[in-house]
Amino acid sequence: MIGLTHYLTVSAILFVTGVFGIFLNRKNLIIILMAIELILLSVNINLVAFSAYLHDLVGQVFAMFVLTVAAGEAAIGLAILVIYFRGRGTISVEDVNRMKG
Amino acid sequence: MIQVIAFYLFAVITVLSGVLCVTARNPVHSVLWLILAFFNAAGLMVLVGAEFIAMLLVIVYVGAVAVLFLFVVMMLDIDFAELRSGFARYLPFGVALVALLAGEIIFAEGAWNAGGLQLSRAAPTPDQVPNIQALGILIYTRYLYIFEGAGLVLLVALIGAVVLTHRKRGDVRTQKISEQNMRRPEDAVRNTRPVVGQGVEL
Repeated sequence: MIGLTHYLTVSAILFVTGVFGIFLNRKNLIIILMAIELILLSVNINLVAFSAYLHDLVGQVFAMFVLTVAAGEAAIGLAILVIYFRGRGTISVEDVNRMKG
Repeated sequence: MIQVIAFYLFAVITVLSGVLCVTARNPVHSVLWLILAFFNAAGLMVLVGAEFIAMLLVIVYVGAVAVLFLFVVMMLDIDFAELRSGFARYLPFGVALVALLAGEIIFAEGAWNAGGLQLSRAAPTPDQVPNIQALGILIYTRYLYIFEGAGLVLLVALIGAVVLTHRKRGDVRTQKISEQNMRRPEDAVRNTRPVVGQGVEL
């Protein structure tokens, strides 16, 4: 029998995989963005699973907004990546110090 | 029975393709694994009856976001071999941190299973109404302003991406619409009466 715990476990594994991906590919900005997408996907699975478990639709509404923000974030992130690559010729995260923050 | 098989199939493929996405050598393969993960996550959501979110996942993620990633990976001439250096150096710290995080999440799940807080339902799922219809009723009434806000977020992202990546190039000749429309026949047309055999001077 499949319960809520199964879904939470899948979501947790996916979340942890995303965090692991950020650490593993510390230099490659594209893979980091993809890992962030994985993390947001795991959040969405969590929201939908709880929505189904509690018979409450708000979880699905919220998952939709998370999806919106994820799409916007990917678009802006990739745009910044493209202009950064145009100026520098590399996307290595360790070289990103132009603003001296 | 078939639900159980489907759940395990989708869950295993989602997790496996997620792992392969972050460990693949070639970023193009990474994007393709990401697409597979999204498809199977959509399958997981269909299993609990969230058809609309599942369709949105396929359309938005696979149709737009993943293709955007693929486009950027293929368009930019990036030396990915150089970016992979330090892979092994980051591995131990990453594994340690991930183990800590996983332990915390499992602990939280156990605590939740032991008896979570009783929260009242904000919007109970209505019976006899399809998922998409119920969601539509909700987002166009109670969550209308947040829905509009989500649209605004997308608009800002759209304009922002265009503004960020747009550049003026000096070496191309583009159309100048107003100048072309302002051009009168007097500026462009000249009547001549050439002598036979001598031709015209342009």
